[in-house]
Amino acid sequence: MLDLSLLPDGGASWLDASGEHADIVISTRIRLARNLEGYAFTPRARDGERLRILTQVREAFGSLRSIEDGVLVRVDELPPEDRLLLHERHLVSKELAGLNEQPVRTGAAVYLSRGVGIMVNEEDHLRLQALHSGFHVADAFGVLERLDAELGNRVPYAFHNEFGYLTACPTNVGTGLRASVLIHLPGLVLTKEIGKVLAGLQQVGLTYRGMYGEGSEVVGNFFQISNQTTLGRSEGELLDYLVRVVRHVIEREEEARRVLLRDAGYIIEDKLWRAYGTLRYARSLSFDEAMNYLSGVRLAVGLKLISGLSVYTLNKLLIFSQLAHLGNTEGRVLTESEANVARARYVRETLAVEAE
Amino acid sequence: MVCDLCKDGEAVIQLTEIEGSGVRQLHLCEKCAAERGVETTITAAKPQINNFLQTIHEQMQGTKGEPVQCSFCQATLADFRATGRLGCAHCYEAFEASLRDLLRRVHGNSRHIGRRYVAPLPSELPHVSSATELRDRLKRAIEAEQFELAADIRDKLRGIE
Repeated sequence: MLDLSLLPDGGASWLDASGEHADIVISTRIRLARNLEGYAFTPRARDGERLRILTQVREAFGSLRSIEDGVLVRVDELPPEDRLLLHERHLVSKELAGLNEQPVRTGAAVYLSRGVGIMVNEEDHLRLQALHSGFHVADAFGVLERLDAELGNRVPYAFHNEFGYLTACPTNVGTGLRASVLIHLPGLVLTKEIGKVLAGLQQVGLTYRGMYGEGSEVVGNFFQISNQTTLGRSEGELLDYLVRVVRHVIEREEEARRVLLRDAGYIIEDKLWRAYGTLRYARSLSFDEAMNYLSGVRLAVGLKLISGLSVYTLNKLLIFSQLAHLGNTEGRVLTESEANVARARYVRETLAVEAE
Repeated sequence: MVCDLCKDGEAVIQLTEIEGSGVRQLHLCEKCAAERGVETTITAAKPQINNFLQTIHEQMQGTKGEPVQCSFCQATLADFRATGRLGCAHCYEAFEASLRDLLRRVHGNSRHIGRRYVAPLPSELPHVSSATELRDRLKRAIEAEQFELAADIRDKLRGIE
């Protein structure tokens, strides 16, 4: 089984709850889509071509100074449970892990280091991504910009004077930049303001998804907000705009929380403590159930109703209570009902330690 | 628990209503909740790709004078319409006129104004090992029983060949 603790930062620095507004914004992720000159794009490339691409970039990775101690993981050689583990940890996309309808592609790999990664043979040849804890757009982009400049000197990117960085899907062309913020909005959901806020996002050119990207359901009041267009605005403009809108969403969420406490204080308090109680004592928890109760407890911590529980622990619980993570800890692949029992035990034990 | 309203269906939603200074709690079944306009599930925004594919179908009928096929990867406009993915970087030139219209509809613009990039000249690129060199290194690695290294070299070789 894959041991993620061997990665430079254990593949988990983005969970450390260090960034701005860390109780509301879990993480900031920015990615740049890049392709190499001289090959068909990944979906049309043959196995041999994709392996050649991997060879070419692998040699370049070795000499990068902006990524230290990177580790290359051949995703195509991993069993399904390990590919799922990487996806659950937000280190690779569903597509790269071969968890969509398409099986994993020959040559699919990821180069990982502290808070940055490069997916190879995703829909585009390269997807450079930076993942930071909290609301940290400028920092995440700074790291990525340096990496991109350095890598672009080692391998030739496909670039067009008018259309910019060329990508397999025209929805990514231009800057190739997608910035997304994973945000927890229980206040807006409980006050039923969320519909308006989400509709507003789409009107201003942003979009939202569930925690796991395109097509994923919204569970536990976690939303990913990101830019929809990539062409016709500079990288800086795209990021500034996202930051401004997300700030506004955070303010609306904080306002909703104040209203809840003011108008329904004891009911909210009761609801959230019940969520905490269930997590402390349940013997079997489905994933959705755990996410919904964790959402409640996260809100309680944000409202300072529950003290002594860190946001870092809450982040860890979100990630480590997923199927492949539980299996990885137990050292075997778990069935759903086994996972429900293991999940309840893991959550119980983690919360008990903090409660002491 | 049964639904507080119809007293029939199983209550799955706990609704907290705030009216003036009073607060009341209702336990509702899915049907009654829906009738009161309560969203029982929040689904993610429809994948952009559906709208996007529809736009392609409406937009890309092929502009006069454009080749039917990309000369580099042999992808056709029909391939693009079916998958929503271009075959290679050269497709952007082969289908330039049609794409320009599509990009305007998708992004509201067809001109990149972000960072500019100039690819390094081949002579500036780091040396990529040749197949012969790799075969020699593979042989030496196996002789030295450095099997992990050998596996690495074998992958590189497979890539080149």
